[in-house]
Amino acid sequence: MENRPLEYDYTITKMFMFMAIVMGIIGMTIGVILALELAFPGVNTILGSGPIAEFTNFSRLRPLHTDGVAYGFTLSGIWATWYYVGQRVLKVSMAESPFLMFIGKLHFWLYVAVVAAVVVSLFMGYTSSKEYAEFEWPIDIAVVVIWVLWGVSIFGLIGIRREKSLYISIWYYIATFLGVAMLYLFNNMEVPTYFVSGGIGDWMHSVSMYAGTNDALVQWWFGHNAVAFVFTVPIIAIIYYFLPKESGQAVYSYKLSLLAFWGLMFVYLWAGGHHLLYSTVPDWMQTMGSVFSVILILPSWGSAINMLLTMKGEWQQVANSPLIKFMVLGSTFYMFSTLEGPIQAIKSVNAIAHFTDWIVGHVHDGVLGWVGFMIMAAIFHMAPRVFKREIYSKSLVNAQFWIQTLGVVLYFSSMWIAGITQGMMWRAHDEFGNLAYSFIDTVTVLHPYYTIRAVGGLLYLTGVFMWAYNIYKTATAGRVVDESELKNASPMAA
Amino acid sequence: MFHWLEKRPFLFAVGVFVTIAFAGLIEIIPDFGKASRPVIGTKPYSVLELTGRQVYIKNSCNACHSQLIRPFKAETDRYGHYSLSGEYAYDRPFLWGSKRTGPDLHRVGNYRTTDWHEHHMKDPASVVPGSIMPGYPWLFKNTADVDTAYAEMITVNKVFGVPYNKPLPTKDGGTVTVKLPSSVAEAHKMALEEAKKVAADMKDKNVKDMVAKGQIPEIVALIAYLNSLK
Repeated sequence: MENRPLEYDYTITKMFMFMAIVMGIIGMTIGVILALELAFPGVNTILGSGPIAEFTNFSRLRPLHTDGVAYGFTLSGIWATWYYVGQRVLKVSMAESPFLMFIGKLHFWLYVAVVAAVVVSLFMGYTSSKEYAEFEWPIDIAVVVIWVLWGVSIFGLIGIRREKSLYISIWYYIATFLGVAMLYLFNNMEVPTYFVSGGIGDWMHSVSMYAGTNDALVQWWFGHNAVAFVFTVPIIAIIYYFLPKESGQAVYSYKLSLLAFWGLMFVYLWAGGHHLLYSTVPDWMQTMGSVFSVILILPSWGSAINMLLTMKGEWQQVANSPLIKFMVLGSTFYMFSTLEGPIQAIKSVNAIAHFTDWIVGHVHDGVLGWVGFMIMAAIFHMAPRVFKREIYSKSLVNAQFWIQTLGVVLYFSSMWIAGITQGMMWRAHDEFGNLAYSFIDTVTVLHPYYTIRAVGGLLYLTGVFMWAYNIYKTATAGRVVDESELKNASPMAA
Repeated sequence: MFHWLEKRPFLFAVGVFVTIAFAGLIEIIPDFGKASRPVIGTKPYSVLELTGRQVYIKNSCNACHSQLIRPFKAETDRYGHYSLSGEYAYDRPFLWGSKRTGPDLHRVGNYRTTDWHEHHMKDPASVVPGSIMPGYPWLFKNTADVDTAYAEMITVNKVFGVPYNKPLPTKDGGTVTVKLPSSVAEAHKMALEEAKKVAADMKDKNVKDMVAKGQIPEIVALIAYLNSLK
């Protein structure tokens, strides 16, 4: 009895895996529609220009895309891994605690309800206008409850753990929980107008606690770090578990992981100011934003290099395993993106880059190349363990990898060119000192790049469908595997 | 020390939180008060302007249009004087945006007319050939939500002391008072008066009919807001 291995319970992991696939498809499909709308404006009224046009319009869909992929696909993916990794590194099964099992299920179902509420309310035009914090106050309250439930799950599982030392991934999950909690609460401080005015108007409506420049400051302190604590910190938690596991290699350096973790925690929050360069926030904050963005290269590269060096002596695995390919390239895109970001945060570069598509390109090489790759690879790794079946098709994973890599490359390269072209055209003067281009000149010139971007996005989306199909077939038709096949490299049928 | 900390989840979490929160405290607190002082000429939004601002937000205009003119010659040439912090004193939320798929709108009221906006919002490419902005025909049919804007006026006045019903200095040395309606009925009346002035410059028959019947289409509120951006 004592020596029997732990039976981990993956009920909640499975639920979130399903949600990650659904939201990945929805969020990225909307993304491709948006890309097409910019290249071919006719797509805005693809379902006709009647009453429904309002709901297919770029402006209405845009928050649905960003929130759908950030809080739908990414958070689901993160939580799928939490309910898997948490048990394993803490050496405790969810099945041991009916309470934590209940909390986990509540966490999932409330989350699904909120996702539904978000989709409906954004379609209807309920938005606070703040990027990545568009939800109105009733949804914000529900989000806080979901977050607290996750916190209960984290600290509850930690409370009954057998392994006393917290593994690196747990540090990052804890940091995600605390960071997002703080940022979300402060940025969404809002006053519901219905109650203050004594029952006038729409009950969903609220007004921000902060005005103007202050509001901008809080929003980008949030906005930048929502990126940090949703797209970076938990994804590092994922790679620290899944890359060593899949490759059978020990993490290269404990000291480097310490430096990278505490460095990232200290430096990241300062960098929010780089979204507000040349704006009306005080100069010293802008400078701090720039300086700390450059310093941020160190802890970011610390993690990425630690991961790449974990593969030391085992590079043949990159050639042999598509999952290692995803993770190694993901790590590389992370390095790439965290070098590009600081470059854009330098004031003189930002003068050209800000407000252009280069920023959009930067976001996407990070989220498509790093976040998306890591979450899909993690779910691939978990599938055989969760379903006790072999991954359905290795060649499909390989094909997906190359199609998506091509998609990401087309995406960011076209957006680089578009952004720098437009930034340079905006500031160009002729020999008499007049503006050389009218605004519309700087828009029509982007058409080919917008088209290439849409193709890139479409390729990536194709890969997401391949991933979804592969996971579905794994769960339903994969060869049943024995526990002994699940040590490191995930079993895959050719 | 770190090994020790990694066995103590509570202290570890406290340590992480302090490390994360540190930058926020240092960066946000010192200039919070200073940044929110209005400049001369800045006044709170009228009921119709605020209604229009909510239409602007509802349709995520800020996803493609900034309201922040940076202090570069190329920008001041194109859009007018660079933006000042105090001009945003009554902007809740701020609408600076982060992407200029279309041009900046912070001073659009200085160089575009009601007539221009009317045609442009209906079919942008007919006014600006090559434009990739979609049309917003439903704004000409939907009724604007004046009630909610009025509720917002009451809220910002009560909670944040936004100076309605108070004489405020203008740039030419005079004063201006923006009135806070005393009831929903008065709010509608004031909004309609403003709406009539805007609609007088418009050609759309449906809009004119609606305003004549005492209704305010969203487009009228939106144009009132855009015209106020100076």
